[in-house]
Amino acid sequence: MKRTGFLSWALWFGYAFLYVPIALLIIYSFNENRLVTVWSGFSTKWYGELLENDQLLSAARLSLEVGAISATVSTILGTIAGLALARFGRFRGRTLFGGMITAPLVMPEVITGLSLLLVFVALEGLTGWPDGRGMTTITIAHTTFTMAYVAVVVQSRLVSMDESLEEAAMDLGARPAKVFFVITLPIISPAIVSGWLLAFTLSLDDLVIASFVSGPGSTTLPMVIFSSVRFGVSPQVNALATIIVLLVATGIFIATMLMARQDRQRLRDEQMAQQGG
Amino acid sequence: MSRKGFIPLGNRMGEGRPPGYDIGGAVVVQWAVALLRRAGLWGRGLVLAVPYLWLLLFFLVPFLIVFKISFSEAELAQPPYTALFAWLTDDSGEGGKLQIILNLGNYIRLWADDLYVLAYLSSLKMAAISTLLCLLLGYPMAYAIALAPPSRRGALMMLVILPFWTSFLIRVYAWIGILKANGILTGILSSLGLVDEHFEILYSDTAVYIGITYTYLPFMILPLYATLEKLDRTLLEAAADLGCRPWQAFLKITLPLSIPGIIAGSLLVFIPAVGEFVIPELLGGPDTLMIGRVLWNEFFSNRDWPVASAVAIALLAFLVVPIMIFQYVQGKQDAEVRR
Repeated sequence: MKRTGFLSWALWFGYAFLYVPIALLIIYSFNENRLVTVWSGFSTKWYGELLENDQLLSAARLSLEVGAISATVSTILGTIAGLALARFGRFRGRTLFGGMITAPLVMPEVITGLSLLLVFVALEGLTGWPDGRGMTTITIAHTTFTMAYVAVVVQSRLVSMDESLEEAAMDLGARPAKVFFVITLPIISPAIVSGWLLAFTLSLDDLVIASFVSGPGSTTLPMVIFSSVRFGVSPQVNALATIIVLLVATGIFIATMLMARQDRQRLRDEQMAQQGG
Repeated sequence: MSRKGFIPLGNRMGEGRPPGYDIGGAVVVQWAVALLRRAGLWGRGLVLAVPYLWLLLFFLVPFLIVFKISFSEAELAQPPYTALFAWLTDDSGEGGKLQIILNLGNYIRLWADDLYVLAYLSSLKMAAISTLLCLLLGYPMAYAIALAPPSRRGALMMLVILPFWTSFLIRVYAWIGILKANGILTGILSSLGLVDEHFEILYSDTAVYIGITYTYLPFMILPLYATLEKLDRTLLEAAADLGCRPWQAFLKITLPLSIPGIIAGSLLVFIPAVGEFVIPELLGGPDTLMIGRVLWNEFFSNRDWPVASAVAIALLAFLVVPIMIFQYVQGKQDAEVRR
């Protein structure tokens, strides 16, 4: 069929568009030449130079710390928010709450960054906290904007989940808290894991918001990359990019495998439970 | 575990904590709990209070503060803007008066200076064209994935989302090597004899279009795929039985039914693209004017916080309508899924 032909061509073109730049980046990270686009032989020397770049390494450490803390906090908050949106029905202030949860998904980063900085400055003027800007403010800022993503992931999982399991537990006399921790939480755990991963990568990735809310001495990895890219393309950045791409791809691959397995297991369990009952 | 199972959760966050908990007033706590319970707020309400307060403090209040500061004047101090409210007293310290100075100058400047108006218009244009490019590229992809056998759909979608997980900055950076003069694309095009070797796309509006389309494409495909996958295929079969050609069936059935996905995807691309900073900064030319860049320069180079705030408020005003539409579509889809 002709139309299917067009569609699969479009699909392959789209995949090429998405992946060719990343593939080229990886290939050229092994280039001997200083000039990024002139190939002059295989070399891993840029990786060696990268390992001696203290500025980059300490920025990477800060980014990982901020990412881990903010992802954890935003997973807790986002899970509660997703639960509220999917299960609490209509409550007072729901419209405002839903708005505040979904707006960060689309809000331009410059606005979020600027407004968070101004709230930190105002808070410091009023209460003396946070004292200057640094890791704390970056973490809070990242928690705020990644929470929305976690909430959406958890909410969509909860909406597609079979509510009768929770109702059955409730009928058998379980209190809401028990139902949540024993029934709901294990079932939505894949969504929580992917929510955490999403929050973590978004935090590692963010340049604009971090630039606004960071202070002297707290430079995140994207900030270092951004300033070095503005100086000119360096093969070291290619090497770093390759490491990041490979780490992320491995992490996502493992997480997907685990989640797919858990999903199959859950489906099997549910089927068996239905047949048994 | 009793209903109190929620208490430690609230306490760990340090918010939603009943007042008086710290002073050791166990009686006060019990009294407060009883009151909250009677109001039906214990449990659910307390759990909800934590993210609610967080969002109020770090999402809503910040915008109000930006709004407030957009009315103040820049000054050389820390923080670098004047206070809006002042408590005036005479020399003897008596006769306090509240003085509020609203400086509308920042907003007048936005209108009077061509730079800002042009930047807003050009941002809207660039975001609109990029959104259209995302739609043209993303729609066939989403449709092809939706038509694929169910066992392969997950993997095909994963391939769309995977680049989104790798650093955004690095993916934009990857295009520099492709688009610059003597770059990879120029090399290919000039060896085909299409352009000469000094041809450069980098540092132009075209490069920004490519960059935005590239980074935001997954945001377009995700909602499109979600609606196209749910599409009832029997409608297309019925249309074919009644003698409808495939492209007619597409125009009359598939396209209209996928409009919610088109709207959601377009807004997910359009709204953040209007305020984009990184892509025009890295791929655009010095004359590529986008409002995100203007805001950034006002803030970091000119250190004019009030004008930066006014730029942000005006940008937000431009985006209020699209954001409302987005929330409406989102809410409707949620309601549909729940049913």
